[in-house]
Amino acid sequence: MKRVGVLSLQGDFAAHGAALERAGAAPVYVRERSQLGEIDGLILPGGESTTMLKLLRHENLFDELAEFGRRKPVFGTCAGAILMATDVTNPPQESLGLMDIAVERNAYGRQLDSRVVELDPAPEFEMRTAPGKLEAVFIRAPIIRRAGNGAQVLAEYAGDPVLIEQGRHLVATFHPELTTDARVHCLFLGKL
Amino acid sequence: MFNFSSEQFRLNVGLAEMLKGGVIMDVTNVEQAKIAEDAGASAVMALERVPSDIRKEGGVARMANIEIMEAIKNAVHIPLMAKARIGHFMEARILEALGVDFIDESEVLTPADEEHHIDKNDFKVPFVCGARNLGEALRRIGEGAAMIRTKGEAGSGNIVEAVRHIRTIVREMKQLTVLGKEELAAAAKNLQAPLELVEWVAQHGTLPVPNFSAGGIATPADAALVMQLGAEAVFVGSGIFKSSDPANRANAIVMAAKNYNNPEKLLEASRSLGAAMPGLEISKIPEGELLQTRGW
Repeated sequence: MKRVGVLSLQGDFAAHGAALERAGAAPVYVRERSQLGEIDGLILPGGESTTMLKLLRHENLFDELAEFGRRKPVFGTCAGAILMATDVTNPPQESLGLMDIAVERNAYGRQLDSRVVELDPAPEFEMRTAPGKLEAVFIRAPIIRRAGNGAQVLAEYAGDPVLIEQGRHLVATFHPELTTDARVHCLFLGKL
Repeated sequence: MFNFSSEQFRLNVGLAEMLKGGVIMDVTNVEQAKIAEDAGASAVMALERVPSDIRKEGGVARMANIEIMEAIKNAVHIPLMAKARIGHFMEARILEALGVDFIDESEVLTPADEEHHIDKNDFKVPFVCGARNLGEALRRIGEGAAMIRTKGEAGSGNIVEAVRHIRTIVREMKQLTVLGKEELAAAAKNLQAPLELVEWVAQHGTLPVPNFSAGGIATPADAALVMQLGAEAVFVGSGIFKSSDPANRANAIVMAAKNYNNPEKLLEASRSLGAAMPGLEISKIPEGELLQTRGW
């Protein structure tokens, strides 16, 4: 069985652990550098990206994660997607650069602009998982302003890509871990 | 009927989920808010005076100054929380109109209503409320709170009350899980809490919303202690900006919240912090000046 890590520095890592279990995998809650050797893929959860950056630097995990992403699949949701981008705005901040995307933080606004919507995913997504609408929970969410070559858009909302695959990596600006639909996590497991 | 699957409840609890494992810091101006954000705070709580000053100076403590909250909102990119007085639903309406991300209906401010808390189900903005025991926590959740925090004794720099409250809530939840179905109605009566929420806790062994800790956290060790006891994140009020080196201490408490299970790293976080805030012995606080007995 593949071992999937969930970066557990801050944020909704427990919700991702429960989602992985629903998708049929056992989560490894990654808090230390040494655990990166035990896993086949890693999820960067939602939370506050500035808090996670601070902790990544303090725990000497930043360069290790960038290196991990050059070899193994990484899936980021919301703050995790911000950490994986090459460019971050509002405000600019450092990131791992695992995916060639530009991300604007809090681009829909504040908590009062958070929302739950139903999306029509791309046929490619339904083909690789199962058919049906995709419920997306956006919480103080970022917007992907640019996606580089080789990015496959698997779902859009209001004209912006919200679920993108690029090579071995996957990002969502919404929170599939906060729904009972396990398809996005299953898609990631299929990449390991 | 309580609706766990409503869009509003899911969004409100969703933001609370994002704050888990983090530190929410009290700030009274933009400079402090920036120090908090730079130190890795997962949110800031805007208020007029930190609890230890409210305790010292007395008088009526109200919602913070609008211009200051607005300036903090524009200065940082992490979520902004703000305090409203217990029962003061119009302060809450104004904070919602201002666009804060979370409202704390807080016993630290002077209560506006001695009988009723705010009907939080009627708002779009999420609320956090204090609790000393499970009954109080479930009453607040029934009214619409999306997050519970232990009350502790704000502004005391003394962790003993926060420990008492988190232990009480965790113990009372455990006790419900071993009761028979037919015993839950009597348990709800004793807890003075809505039956359907009592049934939910009996089934799951946890609250239906995140459970954080507040009221007396002054050191990295304090933060780690309440997280060991079951808190999922911590609020620090006077503990940071009443210490001798706020930036350093803020950072150390963020490290402690992540490493609450790792004594070596807690040792490292506890080094070279300067002086903690002065603490108060709870028995020396006159009963009428206790903040935790405000609200029910």
